[in-house]
Amino acid sequence: MADLTSTFAGIKSPNPFWLASAPPTDKAYNVERAFNAGWGGVVWKTLGEDPPIVNVSSRYGGLDINGQRMAGFTNIELITDRPLEVNLREIAQVKRNWPDRALVVSLMVPCEEQSWKRILAQVEDTGADGVELNFGCPHGMSERGMGSAVGQVPDYVEMVTRWCKEHTRMPVIVKLTPNVTNILGPARAAQRGDADGVSLINTVSSIISVDLDRMAPTPTVDGKGTHGGYCGPAVKPIALHMVAEIARDPECTGLPLSGIGGVATWRDAAEFMALGASTVQVCTAAMHYGFKIVDDMIDGLSNWMDDKGYASPRDFVGKAVPNVTDWQYLNMNYKIIARIDQRSCIQCGLCHIACEDTAHQAIAALRVDGKRRYDVIDAECVGCNLCYHVCPVPGCISMVEVDTGQAAVDWNHDPRNPRRLPVSEQG
Amino acid sequence: MKRNAAIAAGRLQPPEYVKNFDEAKPPLEPHQALVDAGRCLFCYDAPCIEACPTGIDIPSFIRKIGTGNLKGAAVDILSENIMGGMCARVCPTEVLCEQACVRNASEGKPVRIGLLQRHATDWLLSRGAQPFRRAAASGKRIGVVGAGPAGLSCAHRLAMLGHDSVVFEARLKAAGLNEHGVAAYKTPHGFAQREVDFILALGGIEVRAGRALGREVTLQELRRDFDAVFLGVGLAGTKTLGVPGEALSGVEDAVAYIERLRQTPDLATLAVGRRVVAIGGGNTAIDIAVQAKRLGAEDVTIVYRRGSDAMSATGHEQEFAQTNGVRIKHWAQPVRLVAEAGQLIAAEFEYTRLDTTGRLVGTGEVFSLEADQVFKAIGQVLVADPLRSSDRQVLEMQGGKIAVDAERHTSLPGVWAGGDCTAGADLTVQAVQDGKVAAHAIDRWLRAGAR
Repeated sequence: MADLTSTFAGIKSPNPFWLASAPPTDKAYNVERAFNAGWGGVVWKTLGEDPPIVNVSSRYGGLDINGQRMAGFTNIELITDRPLEVNLREIAQVKRNWPDRALVVSLMVPCEEQSWKRILAQVEDTGADGVELNFGCPHGMSERGMGSAVGQVPDYVEMVTRWCKEHTRMPVIVKLTPNVTNILGPARAAQRGDADGVSLINTVSSIISVDLDRMAPTPTVDGKGTHGGYCGPAVKPIALHMVAEIARDPECTGLPLSGIGGVATWRDAAEFMALGASTVQVCTAAMHYGFKIVDDMIDGLSNWMDDKGYASPRDFVGKAVPNVTDWQYLNMNYKIIARIDQRSCIQCGLCHIACEDTAHQAIAALRVDGKRRYDVIDAECVGCNLCYHVCPVPGCISMVEVDTGQAAVDWNHDPRNPRRLPVSEQG
Repeated sequence: MKRNAAIAAGRLQPPEYVKNFDEAKPPLEPHQALVDAGRCLFCYDAPCIEACPTGIDIPSFIRKIGTGNLKGAAVDILSENIMGGMCARVCPTEVLCEQACVRNASEGKPVRIGLLQRHATDWLLSRGAQPFRRAAASGKRIGVVGAGPAGLSCAHRLAMLGHDSVVFEARLKAAGLNEHGVAAYKTPHGFAQREVDFILALGGIEVRAGRALGREVTLQELRRDFDAVFLGVGLAGTKTLGVPGEALSGVEDAVAYIERLRQTPDLATLAVGRRVVAIGGGNTAIDIAVQAKRLGAEDVTIVYRRGSDAMSATGHEQEFAQTNGVRIKHWAQPVRLVAEAGQLIAAEFEYTRLDTTGRLVGTGEVFSLEADQVFKAIGQVLVADPLRSSDRQVLEMQGGKIAVDAERHTSLPGVWAGGDCTAGADLTVQAVQDGKVAAHAIDRWLRAGAR
């Protein structure tokens, strides 16, 4: 069985599955339950300065897709609403009870050096393994000059990170907000500030739905709503992209990554890890199904690693990074076309109508002896994959490679590119 | 020892009657409907539409259920099938739309189209909204015979198209077999009449109950007094066994018994045997057998002269009977009904088989089933007498039914027909389609100035 021991920002945990800073990690009761269930680490819900913040009632909103509950999720909660002293006492106790698990404390205080210095010393006293700087929350706290208000300005990110590194021996992780045009700005700033790692993504600014009876955004608080932080399975693609951008950025070389955003299964985790994340952090899936989901995450990842011959996460973390490239470097002479397995086709016709109405008119709707038959018109198929994705039967439509007989060439060197590079520069 | 009365009323306690004759198949809860709607793939050229005799755009109405557009869903259904509510309850969906569902191929389990259809139509009917409007009045009047599914469907579509109609109904209540023939637990709580009320609420349809063709009104008069005529007379006659003992007390016509059952205000007044035998292989045999059981009969046996596959009752219906404790015996035909002291005590059967030419023959071996009540459910026939005309023009028949073309036009100019009295499946949904097709044909004919 594969050894799942993982290390992120110098912090070791028995597996790469951590709970993200969020309601599931708000107090000792929850965290104890999580560790009992098998989670490798937690990032304690963000601490701030006393007096504690006050939350509103009606805090979460869900996006359901075709019966799937919480495909997306949003919240308008703030940081912990419990006194600092209570949290610190519980953190110390939990860490004593669970020395082998990672326990990182998320922090958010005003952008003043003394504030950070003061709270860092208090956290250090608990024996926690590290701190995560919450530069990400897009709602509520940002209006008070904290959270994403800091994370969106690279200079602030660098400055606060540097303060923290100066005032603590604990590893300092910077949690990045996705609410920026280019994730590399704050990531490089964290690197310059000497962060021990970055975790991403925090939640995405969102209005998850509008209540058409009340004519107000949800979650609705006494008739009004505000934007919240969006997370859950639906944000995973955004997170994967941002993780990959940092992983392949030369300026961020060596910067440890923790992947966050829609991780619900071991597969999701493996994808983040293949793109360079040493650990992943989970919230929505745990809030949906409870802590027990970690059982399959551990088991599934381990079995998959055994299948692939990976003895440790080190063997595959970052393995997909070299294959993430820019569009301009893709092979223009690569060609695939759709193939329909007539034996498993159930004649739903979705491939045909999708291609006919919205793509390339490359799937014919036929009747053979009165029976429906859908056939690919090879000459029209551009290999867009649309039919493959709409087909409800796994394995029925496959995309097969066609030998074009032409050598690989990217757009920079493609004869069809009027601004192609001269032949001499071809590599 | 006192011999128990062989046939008796009031075998059950009052609450048992209520339970036994309440909805056999409950409707979907809103959440269940959403889950089932989510299973529909929204097929292109959907096979289910083709399998529906009325051609309801099933993927469209299911998608509308999924989005919470229940009114739109109901209108999609009712636009093609004004009795979509009843059909959702009585259609053999397992051999129609649901058999065609592509989910069978991928998962062996279709989308529950019938229940979804009921969900949408119940929603609309329970709100009493009128989703249809009538076209400008044409001034034409059509005489419709029979207020069953075919006649009412025809009259409703004619009303939408701007024509008025008068529907002559032999019985005192409209709705035909929906009201008088369908098993009670399939459509309880007065649904058939609520559906009739909904249909008539559009306007332009006058039902004259208690007016039978050949009794209060003749075909000749209808052709003279109306601009067109639609015949939806159904099958008023029942077949006889033609065996000794058929006239004994205790031998009953299943159709007549079911009609009594459907109309009685008190099920406890219906006399039912302890040992009941139903002869036949169609839905009537299933319905009488199950209802007899639910009235308190101890042993109920259906005897059919051929195998299970040949039964016109679907496999689903056969299983339903069996799970209700009804035994089904195949390959046997009645020989005689036996009485003792004037009281039916047994039914004798001969085993049957197919000979080398595929013909059904008796094997000569006989067996006897104890029976104090025997129901004949071997089919219904068209009563043709009222359709005979003294004109030179003849209403042509084909296979014992009224001959019609694709537009449901008969051999008589200006006379259309549909439903069970014409060829095709004897299903509510088929009757509704016949009425609808005929109405459009009548409309075209009238607008072409043929009359």
